[in-house]
This record gives sequence, C-alpha cells and structure tokens, in this order.
Amino acid sequence: MKVGLFVTCLVDLMRPSIGFASLKLLESAGYEVVVPAAQTCCGQPGYNSGDRNAAQILAKKMLREFAGCDYIVVPSGSCGGMIRAHYPELLAEFPEMTQEVDSIARKTYELTDFLVNVARIDSVPGQFSGSVTYHDSCSGLREMNVKTQPRALLSKVAGLNIREMQQPEQCCGFGGTFAVKYGEISARITDLKCEDVQSAQADALVLGDLGCMLNIEGRMRRRGDNKTRVLHVAEVLAGMTDPVQDLDRRTAG
Amino acid sequence: MQVTSNQFKHAASLKLADPKVQKALRNAKGKLVVARSRSIVELDNFEEIREAAARIRDFGLQHMDVLLEEWEKKAAAAGTIVHWAETPQQVNDLVIGIARKHEVRKIIKSKSMLGEETNLNHALEAAGLDVRETDLGEYIIQQFGETPSHIIAPAVHKSMDDIADLFAEKHGRPRLDDIASLTHEAREILRPHFLDADMGISGANFLVAETGSTMIVTNEGNGRMTTTMPRVHVAITGIEKIVPTLEDISLLLRLLTRSATGQSISNYLSFTTGPKRPGDKDGPGEFHVIIVDAGRTKVLASEIREALRCIRCGACMNHCPVYQNIGGHAYGWVYPGPIGSILTPAYVGIENAIDLPNASTLCNQCGVVCPVKIPLPDLMRKLREEQVQKNLRPWPERLGLRLWAWTAARPAVYGLLTGIAARIGKWLGGRERLLHKLPAAGSEWTSGRDFPAPRGKTFRELYAQHRSRGTQ
Repeated sequence: MKVGLFVTCLVDLMRPSIGFASLKLLESAGYEVVVPAAQTCCGQPGYNSGDRNAAQILAKKMLREFAGCDYIVVPSGSCGGMIRAHYPELLAEFPEMTQEVDSIARKTYELTDFLVNVARIDSVPGQFSGSVTYHDSCSGLREMNVKTQPRALLSKVAGLNIREMQQPEQCCGFGGTFAVKYGEISARITDLKCEDVQSAQADALVLGDLGCMLNIEGRMRRRGDNKTRVLHVAEVLAGMTDPVQDLDRRTAG
Repeated sequence: MQVTSNQFKHAASLKLADPKVQKALRNAKGKLVVARSRSIVELDNFEEIREAAARIRDFGLQHMDVLLEEWEKKAAAAGTIVHWAETPQQVNDLVIGIARKHEVRKIIKSKSMLGEETNLNHALEAAGLDVRETDLGEYIIQQFGETPSHIIAPAVHKSMDDIADLFAEKHGRPRLDDIASLTHEAREILRPHFLDADMGISGANFLVAETGSTMIVTNEGNGRMTTTMPRVHVAITGIEKIVPTLEDISLLLRLLTRSATGQSISNYLSFTTGPKRPGDKDGPGEFHVIIVDAGRTKVLASEIREALRCIRCGACMNHCPVYQNIGGHAYGWVYPGPIGSILTPAYVGIENAIDLPNASTLCNQCGVVCPVKIPLPDLMRKLREEQVQKNLRPWPERLGLRLWAWTAARPAVYGLLTGIAARIGKWLGGRERLLHKLPAAGSEWTSGRDFPAPRGKTFRELYAQHRSRGTQ
C-alpha cells in the first residue's frame, strides 16, 4: 500500500521534525511512503480568505501530485479537513474532476486517525517521561472527527500520562489569517487556552495542528511560560521530542 | 438600528479593555453553555431532531410563497388584519399609522429583534408616542439608553451592580442588591404600564401556516400580557418565520429553548390567532400582523439562504470564542455573533460590514451547536468570497494572497524562498528560537504573541538530503 505524505507548508517551513516523525510512524507501520517533492500548500489560506481562484489552482496541483497514492496522510487536521471536507465544494465548478476529487477526499486521513483506524497499529516507537495535555484543534475535531485517536496512541507511549485540560475542544484563537487580521481578539482567545493548559499542570502541551501550535506556543512564551513544552503528536509518538537535536541527528548523516 | 459594523475592530478593542464587560461575559458563557449541554442530553435522538428541524425550516423557505398565503387566509378568517412591508421604513410607518388611527398614547412592547432592525422605538418616540419595553432585559437596556448585545439576553453585558445602580437612579428608590428584589421592583414599576397601555407590540418566533397564528416563546409573562391586555395589538415578524404545522412547531420548540437557555420548555408559549372573540375573557380588540421582508427575499435568492433557517436561539454566539470575549455590541448592528456576521452584511450591505464575516476563526463550534444546522462557517466563507469578487478587501491582503498562491504553484521558486525564510528566521530567532517582532501583517501577531522561529532548513531540503544519503 502506497501512502502519500503531505507534510503541509507550515511543517515544511517551520518544523520539519514533524514531517520526519510522520514518516517514521508510517514506515514503521509497514507502509511504502512517498513524499511528492513538488508539494507545497493545500490552498487553505486562499480558500478561507475568499480567494477561491487561488485555492483552486493549489487544490488541482495537490490532486495531480497525489493521484497515484492509495492513501494521503496529513499531520494536520486543518489541511486534512481542507482536502476531505472542502475540496469537493471548492472544485464543484469542474464536474469533469468530480470523481477524482471524491476519490482523493476519501483517501485523505489525518495522521493519528490513519494510524488508529487504517494501520491499526498497537505500539508506537516513542517514549516520554512526563505528563502531557492534548488540545483538540478545531478542524481535526469537527471536520475529521479526530478526538479519541491521538489519545489512544499517546496512551501507548511508554512513560507518558495524559492530564486533560478542562476545555480541550475550545478554539485556541488561531483561525489562520484571523490571527493577523484580528490579533488582539485572537491573542485574548489564546489566553484562555494558555490558562487552561496551565491548570492541567502537564509537562507538555501536545496537539496535531501546526497553526494552533505556533499560536499557543507564541502566546505562552510571551506570557512568560518558558517551561511547558509544546509538541506535535507525531513527534511524541515517534520519540522525536527534541526537534532540533533529532533533526541534527537526521541530517548529520 | 444605526449600523456601526465597520468600526468592529476598534469597538472590540474597547470591550476587551473593559473589565466589567469581561466579567459579565465570562459569567454568561459559563451559565448558557453549561445549561445547553445539560439539557440536550435529555433528548436521546438530538441529532435526528436537528436534522428534522433543518428540513422543516428548509421546507418553509422553499414553499414560503404558498405557506404565507395559506397563513394569511387563515389569519384573515380569524379576524387578523394582515399587512406586508418591504422595507424597515414601511414597518415603522404602518405601526405609527395603526397607533394614530386608534389614538394610542402609550405602547408596551415585548421583545422584538425585528423592531431593532427597523429602529422602531426611535420612530415611535419621534412620533410622540410613549413606548415601554417590558422584557426585563429590554427594559434595562431601554433605561440605559443602549441597544441589546445578545438576541435573547439583551443585557447580558451588564452586571447586577450596574443594574442595581441604574434602578436606584431611574426608579428613585433605595438601592437593592439581589436579583430577585431587583426583578420584583421592575415588575412593580412595569405593572401600571401594562394596565393603561393602549397598544401592545410583539414579535413572533413563528407563524403557523395551518392555523394562521403568530407564536411567541417567553419566560417572564410580559409577552402574554403585551399580546392580550391592550386594546390593539401589532405583531411584527419576518417572512422567514413561516412554519407549516403545529406539529412542526412542537419539534422546533424542543430545540429552541434547550439551545437558547437550556430549558426543556420555556415558561410561556403563546399562540395568537386573531383578535378577541365574543365570549373571550381577554385579548386585543384589533389584531394586526406586519409581515416583513427587509432584505430577506434577497437572502433567499443568494448562496447564503440557509441563514434564514435561524430560529434565534443565540447558541451560536454563546459558543463563539470571539463573541465570548468581545460581546455583542462590537458587531455593530442588531444580530451579533456568527449569525450576525452573516445576516448583518446581508441586510445592511456587504460594504457596511466588511469585518464581520472575517472576524471568525471558523472553528465551527457555532455550526455544531446550531439547532437547525446552519453551516455558519461556510456561509461566512461565501461572504468572504463575495468581498474578494467585489474588490472590497485591502490591497496588501489581496497582493499577499496572490503572491502566496503564485509562489506555491511554482515549487522551485517556493523551495528557494522558503529555504531563505527558514534561514533568516532561525538567525533572527537566536538562542531562544523566538521572533518577538514581525514586520507588516505579522505585526498584528507579534503585538500579543511571539512567533516560534523556523529551524534553519525546510523539510524539503532535509528530506532531499535524507533521500540522497539513503540511496548512496
């Protein structure tokens, strides 16, 4: 079975370790993983900003690049949701593409959802000594039904225990361009998330979407919390929780 | 109501800085969200009921013409005087005309958001009429000289202390400091007005086609007094409130009160079918209903028609992370929160409410709780598209998105630029790996947050190295 890994533009630019962690998890689950070299962005920024045309160009590009894959796996609920939940509407003006679009939408999975419900893995390579609290990102939760999957997988990580925050499903205030158009409101919403994370008294905040990750970590650090680590679920599951060191190791050869 | 939606950002900023509003909002959020979540579990087939409710509302919208005619026929047969108004101005003129004809001096009003749309109180006062709001929240708001900040809890932005001060000042009585006593005082003050008002004005939650009735859902009893005590009654309501049967109403009510206040049922459900009949103990001598368009047919013909399903429960705003933090006034018109972000541009003009469809994280908590399954984020996105098509977005944003899309469609250029950005970002982030200040649009981000720095190389570069090493 051939799995196409869509690393997403934010992971590519900001935190490559998440891409390598995803790769490790998929390969250790026994899949042949391809990473199309020309991949860039799924088109979500344009789509959510009303620039339908720009979004369509990038969506068609995605379709071409991942056409030959049995599955497309994305370490992000919102980019996964873009493909699965929104491509059919976005490309509805092109009836000749309907079949292709539906097929790619059906084949697209958020990483933890794929590991639990398709790969059905029963162990993960990672280990983590400490407690984590998991933030449900909005698109993952409400577009991809990602809720129990990351928790089920995290509970298999040796040494890890989960401490739930009070409102893990509450939006972190990121909202894509919302965070730069309405920075003040966005930061206030993020404050509530930071307080909730703090009240969980976990060593690390773990989540599955890079947008929320940059947002919450950014606000946490500004508030003076330099202690709580912020990690992507793939990094924890793959045992790559020191993104910098792990990357250096990866690339040192 | 005057539209101030284009001052959204500034208004939101003021609300964020107002500790009293912040405290009241936190308090309200806790109560309403918890109450709803507790009450919906009483229904073991909540999702199926939502589906059915959405179907009922869609049926009403699709067959609005036929159903409204059926309603009018039944209503007229029961003695109701039916009026049709296309614009807010026509609504006010009709109400003033009815008041003049009956030599009305004092009017009591039960809650009507449509009345807010048409600025009815202002028009009536300008015509020399004495208008009293009788819904407790609306009464408070009227005394403050403000506008509602929530569609079912108009004074939700006020604390008990604010209201205690207000009552002491306006009523000229000693200051009270508990909610029950304040409520009793408001009742005492309002009671004589109920008794000597000449005309009552109400809205309608629904119009029942099969019976020709108007229907209101209330808790305080003021709605029933308003519709039955004065000699003339005028109900004003939008064309979209039409529902085929009483059976349909019973289903919608199971969702409405639970979604709104977390009640299994409200204290009063009042149906009015025509004026007082011979032998009736109470009821108005003349019963008028004004059916209003005011932008609704335009919405019906557009891509955002699902917004007309709305049954005005307020759940979308109660659950919206933006509303929860800024309250309703910043939205600048009658309807705040997610539904307001759609209805306001639709009713007052998209150019007069540029911020609203954009001022949402699209988290879809609103869509999940909406009892009639309005896809609120999708509709906001449609309005964003319309803004782009009509060139209503600021040029730096347009240019930024175009450049992003242009680059992302060209992987070689994209790889080069992101490679440079990853290196500069890493260098700027220093040992802390944080950027404290970003330029241009990014400055909004860094005004309240740091930006975690990139790691120096992109995934595509590292993966290419990884691959070439693997194949050597």
